[in-house]
Amino acid sequence: MEDYGSQALRRLLEALSDAVLETHAKLGDATAQIDASRIVDVARLLRDDPDLQFEMLTDLTCVDYIEQQPRFEVVYHFYSVARNRRVRIKARVAADVCQIDSLIDLYPSADWMEREVWDMYGVRFEGHPDLRRLLLYEEFEGHPLRKDYPKERRQPLVGPRN
Amino acid sequence: MAVPDRQAVAARHNQRAIEFLREGGDSLVTTKVESLFNWSRKYSMFLYPFVTACCGMEFMSVAGPRYDLDRFGCALPRFSPRQSDLLMVVGTITHRQGPILKKVYDQMAEPKWVMAFGACTCSGGPYNNYAVVQGIDTIIPVDIYVPGCPPRPEAVLEGLMKLQARVQNERVPADGRHKEIDELQLPVIEKPVA
Repeated sequence: MEDYGSQALRRLLEALSDAVLETHAKLGDATAQIDASRIVDVARLLRDDPDLQFEMLTDLTCVDYIEQQPRFEVVYHFYSVARNRRVRIKARVAADVCQIDSLIDLYPSADWMEREVWDMYGVRFEGHPDLRRLLLYEEFEGHPLRKDYPKERRQPLVGPRN
Repeated sequence: MAVPDRQAVAARHNQRAIEFLREGGDSLVTTKVESLFNWSRKYSMFLYPFVTACCGMEFMSVAGPRYDLDRFGCALPRFSPRQSDLLMVVGTITHRQGPILKKVYDQMAEPKWVMAFGACTCSGGPYNNYAVVQGIDTIIPVDIYVPGCPPRPEAVLEGLMKLQARVQNERVPADGRHKEIDELQLPVIEKPVA
């Protein structure tokens, strides 16, 4: 029986071949590299297509590849409850733009995850209604999980000796 | 506020004791009110467990029946700072949590004591990064530090006994309250920015 992860990628390529840049299914992890500007189209297809049915966004995170262009990679993990399958979508975001469309209209679970990525990496999610910091405080400057954030840097909210 | 003349007060108390014995009293215990208060305070601490992280497991161990904080009169956790005497800060404090800790401390009534429980509260512990407060003594005054990651229950009991010894010898400040951290002259240590 053919792996559904590969099937999903095939369906994705068939429907949105212009948005998908690259795919692989190494070790059973179906992964597609897509054009960041098409993320909403891809997510809508994954959710609504009767052959795909990825009705759950389980994880949304980001990687800072500081020496590469484009620099940031936003990583989405979708899960199909109906079919018990997963697919991973990656989208590259350039440092000077640093923006990608929000999935909050399709997946409400994107709310806090997008806020966390904004908080830690500074990637803006266009269309998010309330893009505030999630874990850090509002006065914090910068985005600490960026590779160029100095790890010794101190930003005291309270206390004289931090 | 007028400072009482301690010698005059002592002389008056001695006179009263002599009168009591002359009138047929056969036994007498003398003490200072301060000592009596301190003795009762040190053996009846209500603690506020400010538990944020894994040290909490060790706190449960030391509070449970095997090590038993109750033997030291320190077994009644109050979950309102207004009713508690000993603030046990148990676990990592992040910058975002700092103002909450300060608020809890400020809400406690005098006399109050603070125990820094575990390496994170003493110094930031293993976490030297953007998020973690490098020792809660940068936010509130600390009376006793119990290091360890996490500290053994014996270490916590040792710390508690040391604190009790301190409480026994405490002098109540003339203005009736201890110093807030804002009034203390703390040395400012600049950390290098990479």
